[in-house]
This record gives sequence, structure tokens and C-alpha cells, in this order.
Amino acid sequence: MALVELRNIRKTYHLGGEVIHALDGVNLDVDQGDFTSIIGPSGSGKSTLMHILGCLDTPSSGSMKLDGMDIHTASTRQLAKIRGEKIGFVFQFFNLLPKLNVAQNVELPLIYQGTPGRERSKRAMLALDMVGLQDRAKHRPSQLSGGQQQRVAIARALVNDPRILFADEPTGNLDSHTGELILETFCKLHEEGRTIMLVTHDPEIAALTPKKIEIRDGKIAQDVDAKLSGKQTRFQFKRTTPSSS
Amino acid sequence: MFGIVLGVSSLVAMAAVITGMEKGMKESMIAMGGLDKVRIDDEDVPLWQDHLKDQSPGRLVKDVHALQASAPLIRTISPEMRLDWRGTRVTRQGKSASSSEVVGVWPTVLEMNLYEVAHGRFFCDLDEEFANSVCVIGTGIRDQLFGSPEERGEEIIPLGEIIQIGSQPLTIVGMFKHYESEQERKLKELAKKNAQEKPGGVKRERGWSGAKKWGDAFWRKNNVIYMPLNTVWVKFRAASNEDGTPDPRLTDIDIKIANLDLLEPALQQARNVMLVSHNGINDFEFDTQENQINDIRTRIRNMRISQGVIAGLSLLVGGIGIMNIMLASINERIREIGTCKAVGASSEAIFMQIIVESIAVAMLGAVVGLAFSFVLVELIEIASPAQNSPIITKSPMILAMVFSAFVGVVAGLFPAFKAAGLHPIQALRYE
Repeated sequence: MALVELRNIRKTYHLGGEVIHALDGVNLDVDQGDFTSIIGPSGSGKSTLMHILGCLDTPSSGSMKLDGMDIHTASTRQLAKIRGEKIGFVFQFFNLLPKLNVAQNVELPLIYQGTPGRERSKRAMLALDMVGLQDRAKHRPSQLSGGQQQRVAIARALVNDPRILFADEPTGNLDSHTGELILETFCKLHEEGRTIMLVTHDPEIAALTPKKIEIRDGKIAQDVDAKLSGKQTRFQFKRTTPSSS
Repeated sequence: MFGIVLGVSSLVAMAAVITGMEKGMKESMIAMGGLDKVRIDDEDVPLWQDHLKDQSPGRLVKDVHALQASAPLIRTISPEMRLDWRGTRVTRQGKSASSSEVVGVWPTVLEMNLYEVAHGRFFCDLDEEFANSVCVIGTGIRDQLFGSPEERGEEIIPLGEIIQIGSQPLTIVGMFKHYESEQERKLKELAKKNAQEKPGGVKRERGWSGAKKWGDAFWRKNNVIYMPLNTVWVKFRAASNEDGTPDPRLTDIDIKIANLDLLEPALQQARNVMLVSHNGINDFEFDTQENQINDIRTRIRNMRISQGVIAGLSLLVGGIGIMNIMLASINERIREIGTCKAVGASSEAIFMQIIVESIAVAMLGAVVGLAFSFVLVELIEIASPAQNSPIITKSPMILAMVFSAFVGVVAGLFPAFKAAGLHPIQALRYE
């Protein structure tokens, strides 16, 4: 069974009487261990898709399962719990809390799960170790470079050992070199067996990931590398070598 | 938050001032003889006994003996025979002094009016029996006739000296302790300090100007002359009166109730005994200090109410201020809230976070306010050192803290609802 199953997901917004179909019947399966990029021009609905996948938003219609649980019927409280336990987020603007130090930022998801303090700091240090920032635990986010901040954000996303990791333009706010480092971090995590979904508008970044989903006008337009028919939404190819740009 | 600071400090400081005033009032209450003291007064006979008016005996020593024998609910009885109502002149070697009262008493007066003999002795039974020409004076009389310790630089204890009231010489056998209110003590200290600061300055007139004297319980207390009851009767009353007939009536019978809870039964008992000894003529009444106490209580309650209103208003303003702070801080942190929600914070968690934060701000304000109230009380004391000094008590502090915490909760509610209700995506995208 796929880790995430989307069936005929629709999301509509009403803007001054005008109905906007942000997502228009999306079917998508994500398997355990997949490293997928969602690509598409701005306004294509890729962010909306990621928000629904990340349980930040609920679809207007359609069904969604995450790890065997029905998401489309879950209450906001259940969604918050699922986000806390099964999902990790990495944002374009890092979204670290400026008043907390690095370790406290990483601990944040555990605090909301009610993890006891000692275990919290232990796991935070482990997560920081994964991104190689253990020695910066007591720094403030403002004392770190952009790349380091993003790695802290990745550590925060990893601290609750999520089933799936979402990254929304994780390199969008970084220079190309630092961006590469961040992408390398993701590749490393993928090799460790983590499920990652990466939203980007940059085809070069998308080319690095084994799977690619292109969104256009709220629909999955095609999968660039899989060369499978448009009807087929299940991606079953193995990891491809990153094509050099 | 400033409002909270203001509210808390005004609440605590005003409570302190009121407690101080209360203490002053209680002080003078006690100087007058305490709450369980009841005076038996003369009273016109009621209408249906009008024909018996001529036979009305008035209060006599006989009544006192009767009460002593038959009214066990009364602890102490003190008869007084006053020489003159007020302002009797006392002289010694060309100096004269005005007294608050010149009274013939029994030794029970010590307990009744809460006097303490500091020097010498009080009267003994022999003095009473032989109507000896002895007296015990208050320090005020000493100050007037011999000079006060402030003027003389040393305390004069005029035991054995002879003073004259009218033509009668009296030997001073004892002197009472000096009584003063907190206020007076401070005034004196201040005067002393000032005198040290500018030596050789104008000599201060000690004591009180005439009009003020009679209003001051402590002045009255310090300016008494007590004689044995019999002395007054034999040496003053029996000999002369306006119309030539001796007047055996007492000016006052004070009683003290054994148990304040049994005030009503005790008064009834006393009334019954008095009615018997007065042949059924109801020519007396009981004057308790209850009325006065009630009056004081009403005044204190009024002050409390106005204090509460002021403090409540400033706390309300403080609460609005906190709400403003919290709303502003939430607007600044919408994206942070979105992040928290994205990493798994439930709406309840965010709600609690904001409420706790709001309480923290309120409590911080309250603590600052408490500190400020101490400063305020110091300032009040410096500004008016002679007044009853404010007393900071615990209960208004606790009340202020609890109330500010409550204000914190209430002020946090709206911002907390707002923050908890934010949609995670909109919050994340908020610029």
C-alpha cells in the first residue's frame, strides 16, 4: 500500500464570485522511500497540492489517505496531531522562531507532542547531528547563515522521525552553492530511506530527483522521466541518476 | 501593562493608607477605653413616669454597689464623680494648668480607662476611707505645671509635690504613663530632628491649640487628675454647691462587660439591677461605643469602595493595554504561529500559549506594581510624616496579584481566540 494516496482531489477557491480550481482532480500515490519533486509554474497548484499532502489544508472534494488514515475527514485537531507525528516541513524562508535558540527550535514539534524535556533535547541533538550542526545548538537563528538556518529547519522537520518530509522551495532563498548543499542533504536523507517531496519551480532541481510530477492548471500534466501514460498515476520506476545540468 | 502597574500599586498603597487610618482610629478607640466599655448615663424619665420625676435619685454610689453585688455579667464598674465638667484650673506656685477632667474615682478606673501608673502609686483603700487629699495626674498636667521633658531636657517626676485645686491642696502620689498616638510620636520625632538640624531655632510650642485639644483622645487622656471618690465627695462636693446643698450624684458610671458576645444580656442585667435600686424609675440609659464603631466601620467601608473602584478601573485599563500588546504581538508573529501549527501545534496549544503569555505580562506588571506600591508608600510617608503611617498588608497584595492574573486571562482571551483560529496556510503566507 502506498504511503500517500490521493484520489480525485479537488480544491476550489472563491475569489469575488469567481471560482478558481487550484486542484482539479488529482490522483497520486507516493510510496515509502520515494524522492519526488513537484514542479510547475507559479499558480499551477503545486503549493496547494503540497499543503493538502502535508495536511495543512483539506481538499474540497476527493479522498486522501496517509499511512492508512483518512485525511479528508479528519478534524483540525487530528490534522495537527498528524502533522506533529508523521510529517516534517521545510519552508522556503526557513521559518525558525527568532527568540528561540537552535536546539529549542528543533525541539518545537516535540514540545507540542508533549515529549518529556530530557528526551526532547536528546532527540534534538540527534537531529542536529544528522544535518551536522550539533555545535551550533545554543546559537540563535540570526547568528547562522542562510544555509545553516535551512539545515536547522531540516533538523526540526526530522526530529519527530516523520513518515514523509515536505520541502517547499527549500533552495529558493539561498544562493546556488548553498542550495546545492541543501539538496545534497536531501539526497543523503533519501539514501537513508526517507520519503521526501520537494516542491520547486526550477527544472534543474527537479532533475535531481528520481521522480518528478509536473503540475499544470491544477492537474498532473506529466511525469517527465517516467514516460508513462498520463492516465497512470502510479509511479514505479527506480531511482534515476541525477542528470547534470 | 502600565495600567496594571498603576492599578496594583494604587490598590496596595491605598489599602496600606486605609489600614494605617484604621489603626489610628482603633488606637483612639482604645485610648477611650476599649469596645466593651459602656457608660450609664442620666436620662429624662419616660413620659409615663413623668410624675415620678421629682423622686428620680440619679446615679449614686448605691447603684454601683448594687451592680457589683448583683450583676455578674459585668466585669468592672467604675464610678466617677467629676469636680467640674471641663477646664478646671489647677495651680501650683503661681502656675496654672487646664485639665481635661478632675475626677474622683475608684481604683477600678485603671482597668476601665486603661491607665497605667508609671511613677508612684495609685490610691489605696485607706485613701478612699479617709478621703485623703491625694491625686494621681497625667503627664500633661505635669508638663503644664512643671515643664515637659522636651522643655526641661529631663523628665520630672513630681511625686510628693502639692498642687491646688481651688483652695484644696492635693499631694501628688502617682503619675500615669505618657500616652500618645503613633501620629504624635512621629510629630515629636520630626520636631526633634528639625531641632537638631537647626539648633537655636524658634522654640516650638508644644502641644495643641485649644480647639484641637478636646477633639484629641490622647490629650484628654494625658491631662486628667484623679482623686479618691470619697475625697471629691467630702472635700469638694459635700462642702459647697451652687445652691448650698451637697450633691451626692455621680457624674458617670462606667461598666465593662465580661464578654462582648453577651453585651445584650449584660445590659439587661444591669438595667434590672439599676431599676431596683432606682425604685423602678427609668432615669438612666446605656451608652455603648457600638454607634461610634459602626460609624468608623461605615467610613472605612466607603474608603474601601472608592479604593476598589479606582484600582478596578486602572486594572481594567491595564487589561485593555495587555490585550493591545497581545494583539500587536500576534500580528507580528502570525508566521511564527503558522510555523508552530505546521509542526504540529493544535489550536488549543496555541490558545494556551497566548493566554499564558498574557498572564505572564499581567503578572509582570503586577510585580512591578507591587514594587512601585512600596515606593509609593515611602513617598506618602515622606510627604506627610505626621499622619498615621500606611501599613502594607498581605491581603491586598494577594488580591491584586489574583486580580491581575484574572485580567491577564480575560485580556488574553480575544487574542488567543484569534491566534488559535488562524488557518495554518494563511498564517504561513502572511507577510
